[in-house]
Amino acid sequence: MGTRFESVQSVREGLRDENYLADEGIAGVVFLADRLGKPVLVEGPAGTGKTQLAKSVAEMTGARLIRLQCYEGLDESKALYEWNYKKQLLRIQADKNSDSWSDVHDDIFSDEFLLTRPLLEAITADDPVVLLIDEVDRVEVETEALLLEILSEYQVSIPELGTITAKQIPLVFLTSNNTRELSEALKRRCLYLHVDYPDLEREKQIVLTRVPGVTENLADQIARIVRSLRQLDLKKAPSVSETIDWARTLVLLGVSNIDAQQAKETLHVLLKYQTDIAKAAKELSTESIK
Amino acid sequence: MIDLLAGFVTELRNAGLPVSLTENLDAMEAVQHIPIEDREAFKYALGATLVKNNSHWRAFETVFEVYFSLRGPEYKLVDGDDSELDEMWREMQEQQGQGEGRGAGGGGMESLTPEEMMNLLMKALMKGDQGMMRALAKQSVQRFAGMEPGRPVGGTYYLYRTLRNLDLEGMLEKLMEASREEVGGELTPLEERLEKDEYDSRIDQFKKEIEAEIRRRLVADRGAEAMAKTLRKPLPEDVEFMHASRDEMQNLKKSLYPLTRKLAARLARKRRHGRKGPLDFRNTVRHSLSYGGVPAEPKFKYPRPAKPELMVVADISGSVAAFARFTLMLVYAIQGQFSKVRSFVFIDGIDEVTDYFKGVEDISEAIHRVNTEADVVWVDGHSDYGHAFEVFWERYGKDIGPKTTVLLLGDARNNYHASQAWVVKNIQQKARHVYWLNPEPRSYWNTGDSIVGDYGTHTDGVYECRNLRQLEAFVEKLA
Repeated sequence: MGTRFESVQSVREGLRDENYLADEGIAGVVFLADRLGKPVLVEGPAGTGKTQLAKSVAEMTGARLIRLQCYEGLDESKALYEWNYKKQLLRIQADKNSDSWSDVHDDIFSDEFLLTRPLLEAITADDPVVLLIDEVDRVEVETEALLLEILSEYQVSIPELGTITAKQIPLVFLTSNNTRELSEALKRRCLYLHVDYPDLEREKQIVLTRVPGVTENLADQIARIVRSLRQLDLKKAPSVSETIDWARTLVLLGVSNIDAQQAKETLHVLLKYQTDIAKAAKELSTESIK
Repeated sequence: MIDLLAGFVTELRNAGLPVSLTENLDAMEAVQHIPIEDREAFKYALGATLVKNNSHWRAFETVFEVYFSLRGPEYKLVDGDDSELDEMWREMQEQQGQGEGRGAGGGGMESLTPEEMMNLLMKALMKGDQGMMRALAKQSVQRFAGMEPGRPVGGTYYLYRTLRNLDLEGMLEKLMEASREEVGGELTPLEERLEKDEYDSRIDQFKKEIEAEIRRRLVADRGAEAMAKTLRKPLPEDVEFMHASRDEMQNLKKSLYPLTRKLAARLARKRRHGRKGPLDFRNTVRHSLSYGGVPAEPKFKYPRPAKPELMVVADISGSVAAFARFTLMLVYAIQGQFSKVRSFVFIDGIDEVTDYFKGVEDISEAIHRVNTEADVVWVDGHSDYGHAFEVFWERYGKDIGPKTTVLLLGDARNNYHASQAWVVKNIQQKARHVYWLNPEPRSYWNTGDSIVGDYGTHTDGVYECRNLRQLEAFVEKLA
């Protein structure tokens, strides 16, 4: 099986072409995921580009993105496969007289009557795919077990059909917002990647690439203010996506140089709690010398 | 290589990280794809395979640094790569057109006067020049730390000595002055703040360089295994409340919030996915009507456990204040899991602080108010459990009912006052449960003036709660 990437550097450049600025860690783990054929578990605060990473990797490799959004109550028939009962019934009724029982029996449990769900679709696909299992921490611990077979062996066992093995090993990304501890079994099968808030320089670059019409000077100011805000003891620190929204807002308003007043007026784009906004507004306008 | 990795993994396990065999094998495979010369990529490759919890990342980094970064090409200490630095220094001088000041060939950093060095440092910090900062960190450790091989002193001592000589606080002031001058006049408060944050972060970075340099030298002196052992720090969930340093406290606070979120989610789930109860006969018969009298769909009585009412009574005197604070924060963060929470704090007098938490979004602010405003001193401000309990019983005893769970927090170091353990006994008779949480190690209990045993006999259990892990386990059991 061929590898998708030449080196860590090529991953990084490829992602940059898709307007995703990866740091050394992100690029390194994506590279390894390809080489070792292992899924990547991406954890981190909300809005730091975890889902975007999978999307960008898919775009970069020209693969189709198959997404499984997890939620409480997700089960086999939604995640793996389901028999198409209606079609099976039709098949039985269509030629009642001609076929013998064994023919019908064999026939209705065949590929034709199988509805593939995201996980099965991902491993049976002929074209290159990237599988994204989003917010895996939302499913119950018991449901996690569903994923184990596909994550370690890249296969799905269907009692009536036998085992379906992957034609190619897809790149798999699992994202988690860390609302609960994932099981050891799941973690063990994955490479672990923690995506945190970017550092000043990278955030500035992100703003520059994602927001059209922003000047270098403005991006720099935005990144600095956001960093200062993250150092405050806030309920919810501003995320990267909120930074981008803020930058867009400022560009729309035609601001080229932020002063305290403008910052205060647009804070609600960055922060979503009233207490946070009040605190930040106070901090930004008072002198900070001890 | 295999030996090196094996040693590395053993050290990680010693530091408390759970590394399984498969993860170890993955790491072995991963490093085959990454050249060891590429430090950063190599580090992330090992991290991705071995560390599966973000709060363990710092411990991992430390061990990695000791095992890998400090060996290999960077091993050369004083002699080797100074040439590069010297070159940089010379370039700087040429840029400033004062090349003649230092001799053409010789000089280098060794021959700088302290003033020149401080100037250089200031320039490096202003520009954020990474290379220069690293070079200066090396130089200052060499000059100020006064490291002697074989001397059994920890890294912190050398760090302190180096930093004392550098006066970075003053440096910050100077930097702010300089940037004020640059603009010509006053900065707006916003600019002022941003500039300060920028310099703060650069100075922090510089401090880290110094730390790394000290470590590098210590490893060279003592060997990686010994060094890793001295650097071993407890993971955030294992830090003891009573002995946490300021840094560790910050980390604890940071890890408290995600922990409460997890705990709340887990408890809510536990409540919802209740175990099946006995058959609900009435309901089954009613539903059987739609099947023509056949009880085709059995119905069950699902147990609905009542949410407990909670009364937290916490000692907030000096030694155990941190513990009380964390417990209160944790309890209020998941207060949705209780039908009612009331809290009381005491030293030798007792005061109810429930109101401070009412309608406040920010728990830490409420805690701050508890610490500053609550009326907890009666005579001398030394813990007196006996008196505090007596008053508690008089004033609030009538509110304790069969649904109430009472939590008593403290080390029960009573300064040899009367214990008044009868109060606890009375509470137990009225309340559903009484628990005592003690932040001291079990082996210290009932030594000196600790009388936790006197109270403990009247409770439903005394629990040792030295760290977040134990506290979390207890709270989960409680709700």
